[in-house]
Amino acid sequence: MLYDVILIGGGVVGCATARELARYSLSVALLEKTEDICNGQSKANTAIVHGGYDAAPGSNKAMFNVRGNAMFERITAELSVPFSRNGSLVVSFEESGIPALLALKQRGEANGVKGLSILGREALLAREPNLNPAVQAALDVPSGGIVCPYELTIAYAENAAQNGVTFFRDAPVTAVSRNADGTFLVSSPAGAFVARAVVNCAGVHSAELNNMVSEEKHSITARRGEYYIVDKAYRDAFHSTIFQLPTAMGKGVLIAPTVDGTILIGPTADDIPDKDDTRTTAEGLARVLSRAKRSWPALPARAFITTYAGVRAHAETDDFILGEPADAPLFFNALGVESPGLSAAPALGEFLAQSVAERLGAKPNPAFDPIRPGIPKFRDMTDTEREAAIARDPEYAKIVCRCELVTEAEIRASIRRPVGARTVDGIKRRTRAGMGRCQAGFCLPRTLELLAEELAASPLSITKCGGESRYLESNLFSGKAGE
Amino acid sequence: MNMKTKRVDLLIIGGGPAGLAAACAAREAGVTNLLILEREDALGGILRQCIHNGFGLHTFKEELTGPEYAARYIARVQELGIPYECGAMVISLSPERRAVYVSRTEGIVAVEAGAVILAMGCRERPRGALGTPGWRCAGIFTAGTAQKLVNLEGRMPGKRVVILGSGDIGLIMARRMTFSGAKVLACVELMPYSSGLKRNIVQCLDDYGIPLLFNHTVVDIHGRERLTGVTIAEVDGKKQPIPGTEREIACDTLLLSVGLIPENELSAMAGVALSPATGGPVVDETLATNVPGVFSCGNVLHVHDLVDFVSAEAARAGEMAARFLSGERAAGERIPLIAGNGVSALVPEVLSERPEADVTFMFRPRAVYRNARIAVFRGGKQLAVKRARILAPGEMAEITVKQDAFCESEGELTVSVEEVGA
Repeated sequence: MLYDVILIGGGVVGCATARELARYSLSVALLEKTEDICNGQSKANTAIVHGGYDAAPGSNKAMFNVRGNAMFERITAELSVPFSRNGSLVVSFEESGIPALLALKQRGEANGVKGLSILGREALLAREPNLNPAVQAALDVPSGGIVCPYELTIAYAENAAQNGVTFFRDAPVTAVSRNADGTFLVSSPAGAFVARAVVNCAGVHSAELNNMVSEEKHSITARRGEYYIVDKAYRDAFHSTIFQLPTAMGKGVLIAPTVDGTILIGPTADDIPDKDDTRTTAEGLARVLSRAKRSWPALPARAFITTYAGVRAHAETDDFILGEPADAPLFFNALGVESPGLSAAPALGEFLAQSVAERLGAKPNPAFDPIRPGIPKFRDMTDTEREAAIARDPEYAKIVCRCELVTEAEIRASIRRPVGARTVDGIKRRTRAGMGRCQAGFCLPRTLELLAEELAASPLSITKCGGESRYLESNLFSGKAGE
Repeated sequence: MNMKTKRVDLLIIGGGPAGLAAACAAREAGVTNLLILEREDALGGILRQCIHNGFGLHTFKEELTGPEYAARYIARVQELGIPYECGAMVISLSPERRAVYVSRTEGIVAVEAGAVILAMGCRERPRGALGTPGWRCAGIFTAGTAQKLVNLEGRMPGKRVVILGSGDIGLIMARRMTFSGAKVLACVELMPYSSGLKRNIVQCLDDYGIPLLFNHTVVDIHGRERLTGVTIAEVDGKKQPIPGTEREIACDTLLLSVGLIPENELSAMAGVALSPATGGPVVDETLATNVPGVFSCGNVLHVHDLVDFVSAEAARAGEMAARFLSGERAAGERIPLIAGNGVSALVPEVLSERPEADVTFMFRPRAVYRNARIAVFRGGKQLAVKRARILAPGEMAEITVKQDAFCESEGELTVSVEEVGA
């Protein structure tokens, strides 16, 4: 298969780049290793749009964070993705932390972050009454925001597919080499692909791909972060995202409200040898809790609906490594994209796409449509809107996930869309079905049936997340209908 | 667009055992304009998937399966001509007793009700709420989800099973999975006692040689895609795993039976005060919540051990709602009760100043008590006392106080349990 551009990796950077490349008259395909896009660090992070005060001035992290941050209103409006500029606070519990807060403010200003100020104790407690009263001061970052990382990634992918990008899932890249004519040969079990340019957005595995084509070797360390998710019942406990000022005791954990009303608590930061090891650990989770209580002393013990772990790609340079290595023209890297990668993603996608298009001499695609309509969400509608939705599609009257009020119409749509859901986790990330406080206890059986029906497959073959992750072992009775 | 609106005297939210019994009793007490709303496709609630027997010994003096037990109430609902809608889920409820539901046949409908009975039942505590570390793989189910897959859909979730927690559904599923060809390797219980019924431990574990490991828990979950095993460990008095006691059990399925949580999202929307002790509404002896005209019964109020007690409680809620509709109102303050030594999940938790009948208090013992004495005190005066040979958290305990006793006493009311020796 011959393409102008092959993107490797279906995370937020890969999908954003795919969408931005669709603005040009280029044939583009994205290869994703696993059964679905948004399956690595893009699905399991802190879901934050950082202000941009943290990275060193002049670094790629700083530049793309600030640039990406400013793009979020437009991108999320075009792609129908919930986004809120809820503001971030970097809090210090010691007076001795105030010089460090001032230094952060200065660094932020050097990076071009607007509106930074230092807040005192009273102002902080008035704004966030559940914050530890021992708080002394904080850096207020009004440009800090929150976004749903999987909705954003999936929306980028859908918009890319809508505009002609082809997606291959279950397509792990096993080798990249250069043909005699200068094109690339990208091998995978999904087929052999020939491309004029390759964009490497392979997250924790991106160094392995770079090292196949370049002598400028890199290494990526997988850094795992563990989290708790707090029930929506506590949605008003915090409004801003609460960072702890890093101290000699460590980097601290965040209290991060989400656009869906839950609150994320985490992460830890532990380097791990197995780059895909997303296990949670008793020790890590305990560390999250004890550190979170520093910010939220009244954190209720029975407030959690689940835990998770994500792995971020940390490069040895501690910065994003972007663009073509000197000895590998037309091979574009996005290495070491860890935090603030989500915040930077819109800008990274734009930059990578422009770089590729320029080098390939691509013309604009006049048919490009930047608008991706979302799946209308029953839970966000007024009762009048619900009536209208049901009148259009009676399956909006069938609630499958009772905790998150997700209807059969939304679940079917999530499967039928471009780059649609094929697994239970895929449905979860596209609709929130199963993401609520019962964690799919009630809706799982119906979700399995709907997937089987839409994919014309046996319920026995339906998986949680591809591979061997099937839910059902056998039928109790032979000759069961539908098989 | 004007939303379709219905006006009823009594709205019953939930068509499980509580809703059905409440509806029958209310109808028999003279309420004719009533409506049951059930979100599933059929009446019966969780009984539909409880195909084992053991239901009805108190209510019908015979042993029935869950569907048979439900069928008797459904038949009565039909005989009495009580209207009901299935596939109809209530999505909001206001303190003024205005509900909105979404129905597969009617779309969005508002109901203005003179009285409401909350009978939504409970849900199971999931793995996430426990914070059990490890992989987030397929093969981990709450026991009730597995029960639905096996009993209603004929699908087996796995072949080698470990059960975490010894709640009744977990015990029942240990036997059910065994019947269906699976090997149940162990039932692992954090506490030194079971939260399930003694008869279920005997009939579902002991009879099949399934070990019940007290003071143990699952400390790690293995398997990137599908479960391949769990690590269990013994716990100390603070419920912390004891290093060195870990052992791995290879299995493809982990069933959780680690607690039931009353589903009170609608109650909270309506401004109903909830009890941290039960997870359900705070009710008085008439099963009335703090919101006038809103009553609660069954597992949405407190998690019961036997459905027979759900039916009895719900029938009282139906009668009390009928009385409310006929204009009788409880007057005066509501007196809070104190759950004393050994008493948890006490219902009722508040009392009218002058109860109009004898009051039965139900609760869960906090631990296992042998040769126990249950007593109700008011301001130092003992209003009622009762001996029990054995009390356990898995079985509800109760004690009744005569109406007269309340009139002749004043001060704080306390229910407590103590061991008195042989």
